Amino acid sequence: MQKVYNRIIQISGNVVTVEAKDIGYRDLAEISSRRGKSLAQVIRIDGEKVYLQVFAGSRGVSTGDKIRFLGHAMRISFTDNLLGRIFNGAGLPRDNGPVLTENMIEIGGPPVNPAKRIIPSRMVRTGIPMIDVFNSLVESQKLPIFSVPGEPYNEVLARIAMQAEVDLIILGGMGLKYDDYLFFRDTLNEHGSLSRSIFFVHTASDPTVECLLVPDISLAVAEQFALQGKRVLVLLTDMTNFSDALKEISITMEQIPSNRGYPGDLYSQLASRYEKAVDFDTAGSITILAVTTMPGDDVTHPVPDNTGYITEGQFYLRNKSIEPFGSLSRLKQQVNGKTRKDHRTVMDRMIQLFADYRSTLEKQSMGFQMSEWDKKLLKYGRSFETRMMDLSVNIPLEKALDLGWQIMAESFEPFEVGAKSELIDEFWPKK
Amino acid sequence: MAEKRFGKISGINGNMVAVEFNDYVIQNEVAFVVHNEERLKSEVIRVRGNQAELQVYEDTKELRVGEKVEFTDDLLSVELGPGLLGQIFDGLQNPLPQLAEQCGFFLKRGVYLEALPDEAKWEFSPSMKKGTKVRAGDKLGMVKEEIFDHWIMVPFGLDGELYVESIVARGKYSLKAPIAKLKDAHGKIHNAAMQQIWPVKIPITAYAEKLKPSKTLVTKIRIIDTLIPVSLGGTYCVPGPFGSGKTVLQQLISKHAEVDIVVIAACGERAGEVVETLRTFPELMDPRTNRPLMERTVIICNTSSMPVAARESSVYTAVTIAEYYRQMGLNVLLLADSTSRWAQAMREMSGRLEEIPGEEAFPAYLETRIASFYERAGIVRLNNNSIGSVTIGGTVSPAGGNFEEPVTQATLKVVGAFQGLSRDRSNARKYPAIDPLESWSKYKSFIDEKEISRAKNVLRKSHEVNQMMKVVGEEGTSLDDFIIYLKGEFLDDVYLQQNAFDEVDAATIEERQRYIFHVIYKILEAEFNFGNKDDARRFFLGLRQKFIEWNSIEFKTDEFFKKEREIKDEVIKSKGRE
Repeated sequence: MQKVYNRIIQISGNVVTVEAKDIGYRDLAEISSRRGKSLAQVIRIDGEKVYLQVFAGSRGVSTGDKIRFLGHAMRISFTDNLLGRIFNGAGLPRDNGPVLTENMIEIGGPPVNPAKRIIPSRMVRTGIPMIDVFNSLVESQKLPIFSVPGEPYNEVLARIAMQAEVDLIILGGMGLKYDDYLFFRDTLNEHGSLSRSIFFVHTASDPTVECLLVPDISLAVAEQFALQGKRVLVLLTDMTNFSDALKEISITMEQIPSNRGYPGDLYSQLASRYEKAVDFDTAGSITILAVTTMPGDDVTHPVPDNTGYITEGQFYLRNKSIEPFGSLSRLKQQVNGKTRKDHRTVMDRMIQLFADYRSTLEKQSMGFQMSEWDKKLLKYGRSFETRMMDLSVNIPLEKALDLGWQIMAESFEPFEVGAKSELIDEFWPKK
Repeated sequence: MAEKRFGKISGINGNMVAVEFNDYVIQNEVAFVVHNEERLKSEVIRVRGNQAELQVYEDTKELRVGEKVEFTDDLLSVELGPGLLGQIFDGLQNPLPQLAEQCGFFLKRGVYLEALPDEAKWEFSPSMKKGTKVRAGDKLGMVKEEIFDHWIMVPFGLDGELYVESIVARGKYSLKAPIAKLKDAHGKIHNAAMQQIWPVKIPITAYAEKLKPSKTLVTKIRIIDTLIPVSLGGTYCVPGPFGSGKTVLQQLISKHAEVDIVVIAACGERAGEVVETLRTFPELMDPRTNRPLMERTVIICNTSSMPVAARESSVYTAVTIAEYYRQMGLNVLLLADSTSRWAQAMREMSGRLEEIPGEEAFPAYLETRIASFYERAGIVRLNNNSIGSVTIGGTVSPAGGNFEEPVTQATLKVVGAFQGLSRDRSNARKYPAIDPLESWSKYKSFIDEKEISRAKNVLRKSHEVNQMMKVVGEEGTSLDDFIIYLKGEFLDDVYLQQNAFDEVDAATIEERQRYIFHVIYKILEAEFNFGNKDDARRFFLGLRQKFIEWNSIEFKTDEFFKKEREIKDEVIKSKGRE
């Protein structure tokens, strides 16, 4: 049932309005203009007026162009042939492979029944001590990396992707710089992970609106694999670009903005994506790691702010390392009691001492006297920064815990760190 | 029954559809959008000319102009009756576990199940005789639900005095079977069943009078019960930025609060948190009754990815269920997490209706809606002189952690207690991260008011000294000021903070709070003679360590008293020192 219309009565921003009948809400249409074909989606119907959001942008669309309604909402092929492939934001091949058309599934499906979720219990090891030791990542967690532009957040994502013990990696790129896209592709390729990866990449040079589909496509595919029992890791970078695209459309539609121009439903929009992270009762799981760049390093900006309320913690990336304060994995308690018996102690004590180091630094900068204890803290803090926090450190959890004891032992006497004596006896490095 | 009325879709915008109708429509009546085999529940929220605007409680994908809409004559309602306890419902009172059985992993749209199964039979024992005069809300009899006597009452919607025309004998009946016939003043006969239907947005008022909240609700969280208490039938709000521990605090209260029934409304928050509650509560025991916590809990769960309109109704569904149990003379606590998501749901709808927005695009009626929600709390004297109460605690998630935003401000106007969470405290891992200086309460604690106000004074001064020390350093602070600072920190560390992971420390009963607060009060009031600041610091650090250990020792055991003596000896020793 395909209908063709050519009565475009309004073009405003990236939204065109066409007169048409019997069109389903959120259905797809294809606009053929002199610039080629573009997909568009119904975002409002008012009598016979149908508002379409044009993914490739409205530039060059003429009032006489043909619009063909496809009679269904956005769909994506779901087969094992997706593995190793690279697509654009509209789900079309970006590599030179064939277009996939078999077993089309709808994107943006219904939410998971909370009664079918289970409490997550498996740790995802990353080899980054600041994550593994201090804020363990847990399977089925949704966690953003909050960062100012310019920090190596994509490098962090790529590293986690390569090392994480998951069955499948799906990368959803939104407004990704072209070289970042190549970086992801080449890094995963070098490590032989490309064959278990699927890319949906919208680059910065593609039309803005096209990135709106990326999270839904990535997560719809992830969901199907998870239902087959696979453990899927979804990387989304950068969700701020996604939110900005939402903002653009809502302003074009003359919706009343709520906060800094963002639509009032930003929270719901972000939540319906992030909440796809799930550990299914009797099936696989989806873990979501996302990047949210914070304009002006402002965590109260609507995008990081709404994100923080949705996700299960956050990592702050600052000065090229994961900041121990503010970073939080809400699910770490589910796993870090089961790793090694000194895990929680090392985590608590090292952070506490590091907090003391930070306040000593403050005192130092204000010119107060440094006591013996202060000097010890300074030595400890510097060592912590270079040997633990530095992102180039790549060691398994157990090694990182040993290193933690080592760093503490170099600066303090055993009784000064405040750990239980039983653990000190077992783990304190013997001289 | 009027003939069925129908309309036709004329426009779709997000979860709002415009519908043309011929006959009449009722504001807030429920309608069903008919899409192929699916029937999507919706509610009339505005009428203009012959066009009604409906909010659809489901995803509106694929709906078309011209599709049929069926009006029902009923306002959005819930089923009330035995069998609600231990259940997990969505915002429209669909039982989620049963939905999962029927539809699998996902919430299929347009599938609605009965909240209370028809086939279940309950053992009813009548307590009214034929010919007795009754009013709405009067007890006709009861059934046993878990550990409670579940009253079967005269339907709340009936007016004036009625006479019991007939009532069934003791025996097993299904929920919808008539158990009594009631005759009203006009001689009309009404059937009463064990199940009642009640519209969620209208408060149940079948009681004699509303009283002033005066008795403290014991939450077993020390900072709340002592400094920022809440009364049975009162209201409070917990605003805080993300990561400050709102949800953990709500979970603790839902576990430990001394009330009969807890209704949890998980409104637009993370699914993972609800999962934790619904997977752990069946195993956790309620220390007061020795029964699983789940048996005194009802969960209304509309998480952030579930449809927005149902999120709006979920808090009403929850409060209606809370009121229902209050009518049986029980104390009910309603925890709504988070009311900001509820307010946002109103904002989304208001935006689609193109209403003129108020501050931050929230609708102008935000304040009145929030006020009328919290006003449904209260302690009441029922017709038979029993007392029942609904206490409402709502979390608020202010954008950017800024309490100046409209939802927080509108809430502060109507609640009786404000438990503000601070990011500074949670960053410093001081839990519960309630700011003791910013927060306030209009209710009374069970601890002596004078002692509390002196303790607060110490906290305030200690805070001031601490601020000053940041500028002038420890060297520039006098010993007396320094001791006040240490006293404040001490009170904070050993009393206001509580370790939720320690079995004993996680919940402190009233008697123990009185007991240890008194010991601390004595220390705060004591005059110490320390030689220098290091001595003072060493003393308080040592005392703190002992106190924290004391906090995790079972109350009134030998060990408990031994620790207490150690603490007292320490204090006496250091007071005597010159």
